[in-house]
Amino acid sequence: MNTRFVFEGGRVVDPATGVDDVRDVIVADGVIAGPDAAEGAERIDARGLVIAPGLVDLHTHLREPGEEHKETVATGTRAAAVGGYTAVAAMANTQPVADNAAVIQAVRDLAGAAGLCEVHPVGAITKGLEGEQLAEMGEMVEAGVRVFSDDGRAIPTARLLRNALRYVKAFGDDVVLAEHAEDPSLVEGGHMHEGAVSAALGLAGRPAEAEEIVVARDLTLARATGGRIHLCHLSSGRGVELVRRAKSEGIRVTAEVTPHHLTFTDEDLQTYDANLKMNPPLRSAEDRDALRDGLADGTIDAVATDHAPHAIEEKEAEFDRAPPGTIGLETALGVIMTELVHPGLLPLSRALDVLSTIPARILGATDHGGPIEPGRPANLVVFDPDHEWVVEAPFASKGRNSAFLGRRLRGRVSHTVYRGALVVAEGKPTR
Amino acid sequence: MNEHLLSMHDLSATDVTRILDTAESFREVGTRVIKKVPALRGRTVVNFFLENSTRTRISFELAAKRLSADVINFSAGGSSVAKGESLKDTALTLQAMGADAIVIRHSSSGSPLQLTRWVDAHVLNAGDGTHEHPTQGLLDLYTMREKLGRLEGLRVGIVGDVQHSRVARSLSFGLVKMGAEVTLVGPPTLIPPEAPIWGVQVSYDIEGVLPKLDVCYVLRVQRERQRLEYFPSVREYARLFGITRDRVALMPEGGLIMHPGPMNRGVEIDSDVADLPRSVIEEQVTNGIAVRMALLFLLLGGGKGEAS
Amino acid sequence: MEPDDVRRALTRIAHEILERDKGAADVVLVGIADRGDDLARRLADEVRRIEGPVVPVGVLDITFYRDDIGMRADAPEVHETRIPFDVSGKVVVLVDDVLFTGRTIRSAMDALMDLGRPRKIQLAVLVDRGHRELPIRADFVGKNVPTGRADDVRVLVAELDGEDAVVVEGAR
Repeated sequence: MNTRFVFEGGRVVDPATGVDDVRDVIVADGVIAGPDAAEGAERIDARGLVIAPGLVDLHTHLREPGEEHKETVATGTRAAAVGGYTAVAAMANTQPVADNAAVIQAVRDLAGAAGLCEVHPVGAITKGLEGEQLAEMGEMVEAGVRVFSDDGRAIPTARLLRNALRYVKAFGDDVVLAEHAEDPSLVEGGHMHEGAVSAALGLAGRPAEAEEIVVARDLTLARATGGRIHLCHLSSGRGVELVRRAKSEGIRVTAEVTPHHLTFTDEDLQTYDANLKMNPPLRSAEDRDALRDGLADGTIDAVATDHAPHAIEEKEAEFDRAPPGTIGLETALGVIMTELVHPGLLPLSRALDVLSTIPARILGATDHGGPIEPGRPANLVVFDPDHEWVVEAPFASKGRNSAFLGRRLRGRVSHTVYRGALVVAEGKPTR
Repeated sequence: MNEHLLSMHDLSATDVTRILDTAESFREVGTRVIKKVPALRGRTVVNFFLENSTRTRISFELAAKRLSADVINFSAGGSSVAKGESLKDTALTLQAMGADAIVIRHSSSGSPLQLTRWVDAHVLNAGDGTHEHPTQGLLDLYTMREKLGRLEGLRVGIVGDVQHSRVARSLSFGLVKMGAEVTLVGPPTLIPPEAPIWGVQVSYDIEGVLPKLDVCYVLRVQRERQRLEYFPSVREYARLFGITRDRVALMPEGGLIMHPGPMNRGVEIDSDVADLPRSVIEEQVTNGIAVRMALLFLLLGGGKGEAS
Repeated sequence: MEPDDVRRALTRIAHEILERDKGAADVVLVGIADRGDDLARRLADEVRRIEGPVVPVGVLDITFYRDDIGMRADAPEVHETRIPFDVSGKVVVLVDDVLFTGRTIRSAMDALMDLGRPRKIQLAVLVDRGHRELPIRADFVGKNVPTGRADDVRVLVAELDGEDAVVVEGAR
């Protein structure tokens, strides 16, 4: 494979430096190169395309080890690459749980073998994700882990979270605890947002208060311990409000939001479509608008996909028996472009900031997120901001459960460069 | 009328009137010696009951047979579904058997709608989770209209665990559609806060509401543990909301007592109330067959998929 | 047909029934809903006026016995059936407004058979417009009106429509 190529005439948008203009980008031997390296390089016409730092996902489920029928590291990282991602954080709820260095290393090895995307395994906060005892986070930090999460459920007691926040201080300022903010006692048995729609549809609800309560608790503890908290998949306006206030008080919190929470509302569940079933659930239009505002004004730091593949038959079951979640790696960019950038709700540079630069910083993925300058590792996404397409199977992911099935999007990845190799060209994986 | 009957919202007020009028004719058929007409001869109706209910199933079975249709009963337990076959696969099997109509009763809300995605047959919702039970709602409307002569302006109280009652939803939607005034009564933990959006009133004071009701519709109190989290005890529920002889006396003359069955005598309704003449609980059962015959006739009596 | 024509036709049929069925002692009239209902009652009134016997009248809705259920776009309209007497052993005169293909009468006979065992079934119609598709014939006919297959023939009765008339509209 050619290790030298030039993207000619693309619009480079680099949130790390604020650059936004048309120029050539040269890639040689794994890094961004200067003009002399252009000699003999393969030329790729990038006119009309945007060139940006490769996207970074703070929240992905690769399902391996243990649930390879839903996804593997190989298929998941291929989906990531197709979506323009060059680094992803893989959540710990695998089987066995990633609560020790061995599983962490195994996942990393699988990613290395596939060679499509950089995987940063997330470590569990509690052993076995059982919410009782702290996992051996020290060992995992030594194995290179920076983000810990019991994602799938909230840390059950304030006591345990406080201990965790205090404990990880031993490992420096960069370690982050990421919380799935839903109070378990309020969401037990619930399948969608609690409100007028759930009342009419006869489905038990997961109220917004469940998120607000855990967010409030976690922010209080972050303040009291001086620790760092990252809030996964914010879904409610009240949650955004609490984060806004906390940031103004100097509390060390970051927050993410998913493309589907920025798009859909509980009204979309009238058809009982299980592809729209998620935890936390899709909420009201007011909540969705508050999330959009929060992303635009910096209260929410990043867009993360919460890519959650499931086997086809699992999602085709009765609504209350179907597992929650949607795949999202391949559609994230297209959705953000369609729902926020093109309608003028979010500038393109901010969109790329929240999709790439900021999550790279939170994750500690120093090779990613830009800047696009000679000498930097070549991790790039090149996309056509106006390419219109309809979301449909087949996907690079094993999962077919996309909330966006059948939707028309405007904006699609054409090339992905990972460590200087063209892993996606003309929208398709090269390996 | 639509292809399917999944929810009261599928029907217009005109549709409801037509169903009730047609049920009238089928009630007359039920008085004949030969209680059968050949209207659905050669059609196959499948009773797909994944949640047990002998009464509703028998009602549908009789309705289909009296229309001369062939009936297949498919229930949970000894079936493939119990062995883990998915809803979708079972649906495809029924489709392959040539079902013209599938009457489905399931513990998962929304499953009848899901079924329509996999089969060509007409789908009738016989109760899905805590969502709706439109045929029960219709037979209750029929009973009310028959006893009191009208639905418009009728004052109906629905008492009990509305939150978890599919009957309460269907009946509320149906009554509001036909111009009745509905009041929901029960403990605040068992009435959805958003219920007023349905066009109904809410009250927590049963004795304040009873004097102004033409119909008191009493819901069953479910005694499962999860339900008991919503109120302290069955005893307190009965004391605050139970329909006793004394409370019934507060109702205006000619007011009706109704209950979808089966009753917890002594809890939501006292034994001596259930047996009063103004209690029409028995008739609700008889009317059920006529209403279900009307529905099967109207759904299957039109060409597939072509509405007028 | 004009209102007077209708009146005279009904009178003549009443006479014919009395003559054929020997004074109408065992006769019952069953109108086929919904226009046959009014015609049957008027026939009963005529019979009473002429000779005196009170002939029982009922109305029969044949919707559930139709042979075209499921073939038309919408399920057909249902009307009331009210036959407050036993048909077994009686001479049942079915009364309808228009005799056309004969299918309605076939349905009516099947319905009647499920209600009992008549001694005899006869048919009285105001108009016979031809185009039979089954071997059915009327015993008493008000008027034979040759029509085109696609023509529209409507009978109006005073009770329902405000006037008595038979209107034939040619196909467009």
